[in-house]
Amino acid sequence: MRANRSFEIGTGLFVLLGLAALLFLSMQLPANGLKFSFSKPVGYDVTAQFDNIGSLKVGAPVRMAGVRIGQVTRIDFDTNTERAKVWLLINPHFNQIPMDSAASIDTEGLLGGQYISISPGGMPTYLKAGSEIIQTQSALVLENLINKFFANFASKNGSKSSGGGAKEQK
Amino acid sequence: MSAASKAGVIEAVRKTGVAGLFFVRLLGACLPALARPKLIIAQIYNAGARSLIIIMLSGLFTGMVLGLQGYELLNRFGATEALGTAAALALLKELGPVLTALLFAGRAGTALTSEIGLMRATDQLTAMEVMAVDPLRYVAAPRFLGGLIAMPLLTAIFNVIGLFGAQLIGVQMLGVDHGTFWSQTQSAVALKDVTEGIVKSVVFGAVVSLIAVNEGYHAEPTAEGVGLATTRTVVASSVMTLLLDYVLTAAFM
Repeated sequence: MRANRSFEIGTGLFVLLGLAALLFLSMQLPANGLKFSFSKPVGYDVTAQFDNIGSLKVGAPVRMAGVRIGQVTRIDFDTNTERAKVWLLINPHFNQIPMDSAASIDTEGLLGGQYISISPGGMPTYLKAGSEIIQTQSALVLENLINKFFANFASKNGSKSSGGGAKEQK
Repeated sequence: MSAASKAGVIEAVRKTGVAGLFFVRLLGACLPALARPKLIIAQIYNAGARSLIIIMLSGLFTGMVLGLQGYELLNRFGATEALGTAAALALLKELGPVLTALLFAGRAGTALTSEIGLMRATDQLTAMEVMAVDPLRYVAAPRFLGGLIAMPLLTAIFNVIGLFGAQLIGVQMLGVDHGTFWSQTQSAVALKDVTEGIVKSVVFGAVVSLIAVNEGYHAEPTAEGVGLATTRTVVASSVMTLLLDYVLTAAFM
């Protein structure tokens, strides 16, 4: 009876553990699965609006001079300004970021994800919970960059051969 | 072709036929076996719960090696942020199901074969038949079903532990950003990848359990015969696992 009980408990534990692992794999891991956050990070929220966030994702790091100071917690579209609104959770440890700091979206590495880089301003007042970073710079979208480059290239070539005939391309 | 090799070929074909017929009879015995869940639970314990430690340890170290090797490789392209993606896809689609099946064959498959083989050698199966108790229903089917249920669960545990092993090395030791590791992983892994791994593990579980039960059931009723049958179980299930892995991967492309 005793041995029977312990083997039943062992089996139950194994099955529950396996099902929990299956649930984690199918719900937490894929992008199109259900998600719930299990650990709430601490810090204060600031917002920033961008014209284009590229492929920035929730969970992307926020960096200042390359040092991680927080992460992106939410991304939404602001219907009033018609821009992307991004919520940043900054560690409470970094509480002296000047109010006029600028946020830009950079890419790390060649295939890397995007992150938000904050370059400090000079104001004596600091960002606090709920404040907004006004100065922002959008993500560099590689395709746009290449398009611009080629358009520029074509117009320059055009101006050389036919005397500025392709100027309106710009 | 010499007479000996001809006989060998015919014998191999006959063995395959025996295994095929056994599989059909086993499937037929599975439904009535469901009426006795206690027997199946005992086999889930034997095949699954007792393989847990070896699966968890192997998963942890596989993940940690993936973390190290993946970092080493990705660092050359300056793309260490993709470490989570690489580790998760490798574990979910290939390493998890295949390594779990190989370990399962070694840990649970051999135990099944030698147990049933010894039952055959000590005439327990014949005694059951004399008492009009179908040994397929009471011995073979619960073991097959137990393995079939245990394999996907073991694979899922292997995958999760492996992922955390990769995270342990990548994030805690080598300094990949924690948020990037998980957000890149989540954006790259689709439900389809998870399904692929689960389907593979179910198929491997069925094949390994079937081979183990079949070899035990048809083992020569001697000490040597049981030993040979156990060896054949490991060899046949490993080869079948890798072969079917290719077929399933191609099917999921």
